[in-house]
Amino acid sequence: MREKILAILEKNARIDLKDLAVLLGESEAAVANAIADMEQEHIICGYHTLINWDNTSQEKVMALIEVKVTPQRGMGFDKIAERIYQYNEVNAVYLMSGAYDFTVFIEGKTMKEVALFVSSKLSTLDSVLSTATHFVLKKYKDHGTALVEEVHDERMLVTP
Amino acid sequence: MRNPLSETIVQIEPSGIRKFFDIVSEMKDAISLGVGEPDFDTPWHVREEGIYSLEKGRTHYSANAGLRELRSEICSYLYRRCGLTYQPDSEILVTVGGSEAIDIALRAMLDPGDEVLIPQPCFVSYVPCTILAGGRPVTVELEEKDQFKLTPEKLLEKITGRSKILIMPFPNNPTGAVMRREELERIAQIVVEKDLFVISDEIYCELTFGDERHVSIASLPGMKERTVLINGFSKSYAMTGWRLGYAAAPKQILEQMLKIHQFAIMCAPTTSQYAAVAALRDGDADVEMMRESYDQRRRFVLHAFQEMGLECFEPEGAFYAFPSIRRFGMSSEAFANRFLQEERVAVVPGSAFGACGDGYLRVSYAYSLKQLKEALGRMAKFTERLDKEMAGG
Repeated sequence: MREKILAILEKNARIDLKDLAVLLGESEAAVANAIADMEQEHIICGYHTLINWDNTSQEKVMALIEVKVTPQRGMGFDKIAERIYQYNEVNAVYLMSGAYDFTVFIEGKTMKEVALFVSSKLSTLDSVLSTATHFVLKKYKDHGTALVEEVHDERMLVTP
Repeated sequence: MRNPLSETIVQIEPSGIRKFFDIVSEMKDAISLGVGEPDFDTPWHVREEGIYSLEKGRTHYSANAGLRELRSEICSYLYRRCGLTYQPDSEILVTVGGSEAIDIALRAMLDPGDEVLIPQPCFVSYVPCTILAGGRPVTVELEEKDQFKLTPEKLLEKITGRSKILIMPFPNNPTGAVMRREELERIAQIVVEKDLFVISDEIYCELTFGDERHVSIASLPGMKERTVLINGFSKSYAMTGWRLGYAAAPKQILEQMLKIHQFAIMCAPTTSQYAAVAALRDGDADVEMMRESYDQRRRFVLHAFQEMGLECFEPEGAFYAFPSIRRFGMSSEAFANRFLQEERVAVVPGSAFGACGDGYLRVSYAYSLKQLKEALGRMAKFTERLDKEMAGG
């Protein structure tokens, strides 16, 4: 049941508990318990809203930073990551395989603000060897949802 | 001027769905629970394969029976899913939708006066195609008390010396009924005893809910040699517009079907055939995802009926529910028309699928949860009003 709950919530976090229980053919109590357990176990880590900020009047800049580091004794990747992800400006941090070590997503009001953060906060960390900043120009799809498409029901109203 | 028309075709009634469609399309703001096709778009990797074939200039005829590659994918699918072994070179024919396969199977097998046993309620084309092929349709009225399954008693009642073909439309459109293995075995026994042939329309086979998956009647002992199995891509892979289906049948029957297909159609659309290869090769996960999603919505719709006090047997297949409206004392057509006029929701009257479907509605749940909620909310309002009217009058 857990996987099925997650599959539905991942697409629609605002679904009524009652509807969710009906869809899965389970009791409301059982579903509520399963959700509570998964929150407790940090399987469910939040119920965020997917926003296309481009369609608002608010200016937002997003950048992807490639970060190379040297892990130091007694301070593996996890410790360095923590030094990075504690900043509010940082949206996401992933440890990567390949040519560099971390992908860091940063959000700011202006390009200058983001660039300043990288040069003054990120690059100056002891373990950081180098950074490369890439600004996001346009988001086409996010969290499995196409942001640019309008969805129409193309079907005729009645068919055999 | 002489009458340009054939008496046979003029006698055939236009589809009841068509009639209803004309009323609905007049209405700009109507919403619908009336479609007989998936709400999913064709999976992208399948569409992409179609596009790629166009880019490559694969825009010519294929072999009459269909691309060899597709026929062998169909064979491996039928083996994988139903345990059936067919020869791609002599026992598979790729058609323009399952509909063409139904038509040419009947034409290949019927002589004037031969009777075709057609369980109803059912898809709209079996009766007219039988008539066009010179056969005589004999309907077998299925009942809710049997969960709209075909029972041996009902079948035996209608068999005569002229009976030749039995149509097996399961999982069923419009009722959602499914025939399980033991039930099919009892029918198969009669088919063999009475020396009948079966046209098994298994277009909804992937949409069978519950622990037991779809069983093809062709896979039962002694049945492959007397069965034309019809399937297609429309429902399983959300490919209705591609118009692609197929028939798997003993060589003797398939050869004659191929002859009709060759003269009337030439070959199924090539683009669709290339896309279908991708669907069969890499589409199992898509099918599974869609099946789970329909199953969830099936539960949702049944629950909504229960809450509004509408009786409905539990459908186990396809994406339809078939609730009874008998307690309101009106015909399905009258109900559907009033519901459309007063609440702007289209549902298809059960009578469009055979006279015995009267008293029922076909409600499709191939809609988003949001659409279902809106439409079912209006239905609850409407049935409540009908109940009040009945109590008051």
